[in-house]
Amino acid sequence: MNNYTDILFEISRSGRTAYSLPKRDVPTISLEEKFSKVHLREEAAKLPEISELQLMRHYTALSNKNFGIENGFYPLGSCTMKYNPKINEDVARYRGFTNIHPLQTTRTLQGALRLMYELQEDLKVVSGMDAISLQPAAGAQGEWAGLMIIKAYHEKNEDLKTRRKILVPDSAHGTNPASAVIAGFDVVEIPSNEDGTVDLAALKQAVGEDTAGLMLTNPNTLGIFEKDILEMADIIHGVGGLLYYDGANLNAIMGITTPGAMGFDIVHLNLHKSFSTPHGGGGPGSGPVGVKAYLEPYLPIPRIEKTGNGFELNSNYPLSIGRVKGYFGNFGVNVRAYTYIRTMGARGLRKASESAVLHANYLRKRLEPYYDSPYKQVSKHEFVLSGNRQKKLGVRTVDIAKRLLDFGYYAPTIYFPLIVEECLMIEPTETESKETLDEFADAMIQIAKEVEDTPELVTGAPHHTSVKRLDEVTAARKPIVRFE
Amino acid sequence: MTNEFRYLPDTEQDIAEMMKTLEIDSIEELFQDIPEPIRLKEEFTLPDALSETALTTHMRQLATENVNTDDASIFLGAGTYDHYIPSVVDHVISRSEFYTAYTPYQPEVSQGELQAIFEFQTMITELTGMEAANSSLYDGFTSLGEAASLAVTTTKRSKIAVSKGIHPQGREILKAISTGREFELVELSLTADITDLSHLKETIDEHTAAVVVQYPNFLGSVEDLKAIKEITAAQKALLIVMANPLALGLLEAPGKLGADIVVGDMQPLGLSMSAGGPHCGYFTVNKKHMRKIPGRIIGQTTDKEGKRGFVMTLQTREQHIRREKATSNMSSNQALNALASAVCMAALGKEGIQEIARLNVDKADYLANQLKNKGVPIYNQAPFFNEFVVRLNRPVSEINTSLLDKGIIGGYDLEPEYGIKNAMLLCVTDQRTKEEIDNLVSALEEFIHE
Repeated sequence: MNNYTDILFEISRSGRTAYSLPKRDVPTISLEEKFSKVHLREEAAKLPEISELQLMRHYTALSNKNFGIENGFYPLGSCTMKYNPKINEDVARYRGFTNIHPLQTTRTLQGALRLMYELQEDLKVVSGMDAISLQPAAGAQGEWAGLMIIKAYHEKNEDLKTRRKILVPDSAHGTNPASAVIAGFDVVEIPSNEDGTVDLAALKQAVGEDTAGLMLTNPNTLGIFEKDILEMADIIHGVGGLLYYDGANLNAIMGITTPGAMGFDIVHLNLHKSFSTPHGGGGPGSGPVGVKAYLEPYLPIPRIEKTGNGFELNSNYPLSIGRVKGYFGNFGVNVRAYTYIRTMGARGLRKASESAVLHANYLRKRLEPYYDSPYKQVSKHEFVLSGNRQKKLGVRTVDIAKRLLDFGYYAPTIYFPLIVEECLMIEPTETESKETLDEFADAMIQIAKEVEDTPELVTGAPHHTSVKRLDEVTAARKPIVRFE
Repeated sequence: MTNEFRYLPDTEQDIAEMMKTLEIDSIEELFQDIPEPIRLKEEFTLPDALSETALTTHMRQLATENVNTDDASIFLGAGTYDHYIPSVVDHVISRSEFYTAYTPYQPEVSQGELQAIFEFQTMITELTGMEAANSSLYDGFTSLGEAASLAVTTTKRSKIAVSKGIHPQGREILKAISTGREFELVELSLTADITDLSHLKETIDEHTAAVVVQYPNFLGSVEDLKAIKEITAAQKALLIVMANPLALGLLEAPGKLGADIVVGDMQPLGLSMSAGGPHCGYFTVNKKHMRKIPGRIIGQTTDKEGKRGFVMTLQTREQHIRREKATSNMSSNQALNALASAVCMAALGKEGIQEIARLNVDKADYLANQLKNKGVPIYNQAPFFNEFVVRLNRPVSEINTSLLDKGIIGGYDLEPEYGIKNAMLLCVTDQRTKEEIDNLVSALEEFIHE
């Protein structure tokens, strides 16, 4: 099956179809007459013409060249590639959820509104916030919404003109500085100290009356808990700034602590990470934004509210940042997250975090003799290794990642965070068994030995995939982005 | 003891062995780095965990509390549509190799998705008449916001002229984005149902980065893009068109009429309405702007043995490389929904896309004619696709309540945003039968002007 290389347009033959439209039961009008004032297509769009079985074979063959969680272990750091439960998929397909229109009257959407309201209530508990909006479609949009709240808040206080700076640690996700810039802020990068946490002295030096806020992931992208968080919160609040929590790494702390308890004012959560909704090959996700009570008036509108008469929409929030996404956000994704929370309950969520952290520490312990481990303190849900030792033998981290594909694993996140040389960032998640962790560790150890004994085996990897290493340089230099 | 959580495989023995390797006596020790004052003293207060059976019952109950398209005939469109979705669509996107994968960072084991998205990019550029597409963005409105931002960056001008024919939510999102990126929005008024060309001419100047119109517009009418382009080009501003991709089965591709950026939502092609999300924004440009596109782009290349393959390309634009210098903060996209739309477009093919567009036109026309015959004034003066505006004798909300009792979900109330009294935006898709349309006409009879 790996030999299948056809593109849809190559198997297309004029006259084949794979559709069945409703029978025409109304008159056919004259297009030329009706559309005389505008333009009709001169040339039909060249969509492929194939039969239904050909279509299914094509996509089945493509799926066989794609690696998902059910194909094997997916230790992609900061992405929380946990199992995506089947029941979530089943319920999200109920026609009472899929076949409803977002602009129907609220009277006809009570089930959907109730589900969203209850999910907001659950996420308030999990994040320690006082109010949630489900509108943002993904983490980056949640970040942006949060930053727009920071902006609106300072504007209300009439000091936005001077508060132009968002502080971002050098270990932060790339979306953090990018979101800050498109919200109109300047970014100040705060260095990490040798423990891998924010350098408090540098932070103190960087803050001032121009500070709009700090964006922080905790545990951070090195998998380390920022234990000085309360002091950091004091520093930021002390100068009138707000504290923003990037929820990408929430899977480490559910039931143990909350961003609210840590002193954060604004949070976004990635429901496609901690709450088990599938990543879909890059999306759709869902990135709800949550705030403390004093920032509630700034949340996106409309808000979903419970009244004596059922659930209603309320857009009467003059201080709101407005609308960030169409309709209610990614409702179908939110149905899955709600289903997950109802499956796990409070104890289940805590157990998930405990196991995620146990697994990360266990895997790290097994790998530390073979790879450089730059940080010594306990890990949370993920950890980083460095391929520096292997680099000295002529093998780069990217080679190790490619070799892992031959063993039937997806690769860890590599070369991120940027502050670790030859970085491998590994997040095993709670849904993997100890046997899987051990087998993966054995593979990593074997690769470390191959680096010493047969390095060309590693630098030439992958050997068993449908294509070998791809020429990304030519792809970028002479882009071909559609079939010609 | 057996584990009560079916997603968590650790047995007591597994835990004991891992703790032994870590030389710890309790799981608590792994959390000692979290300061005592912020550790929760009690379990979360959440509803009890449910068995699969109980959960199914609960979720069915919630689903039943909504009125769905099986319960009522829907004539509501306004940006989200009840169209035919070929059965194959859900079968393809239900393959876990697709839906459980992450962004294709390791292309050697992600060729399936990469190729499928490459094919998606090809099909959507065929429809829009443009040269390059990205792999998708959150929704059509987000694409619109990114298009406006691209125009501001590229032209180094600060003003975006937005037609009132753009979906109200699209305009709301543009407003939020312009507050963030700090550019100016000006509104272009309508002559009855299409963008007012003389107002356009008066409004735009050398500071205008782009003119933004919808095709067909929010009132259902088809804008004269060629005329709009002429006026726009005279000021060297870009023309951004938000187009319904299904309508492009029939209407001339905006790219052929001079559009610089064509964006929109794939929802009409293969995506369920799902209360408004997840849908899927598309973003297409000509090669000139290709290196400024937000989000992921899939490109064709070869492997070291010369075999054709696909990768994410032009990544130096992106936030994970460029951080604060990136052109956009887009990270995740709607890849699975782009795949669904690709399957739908492949199933419809060259003929089907024209036929489905045709069916929509004919059915909408039939309803309009039936109403016209009853004396209902049709507000649209320009040709419309599958939506049009009627004026009735009572407030729309009141009429919709009455329609719902007859098993009909009525149209969109235009009065609040457009100030047209008692104006309802009606939509007829391929899914409505003649019988349903006739029923709507009878149900509306009591709301017709004398």
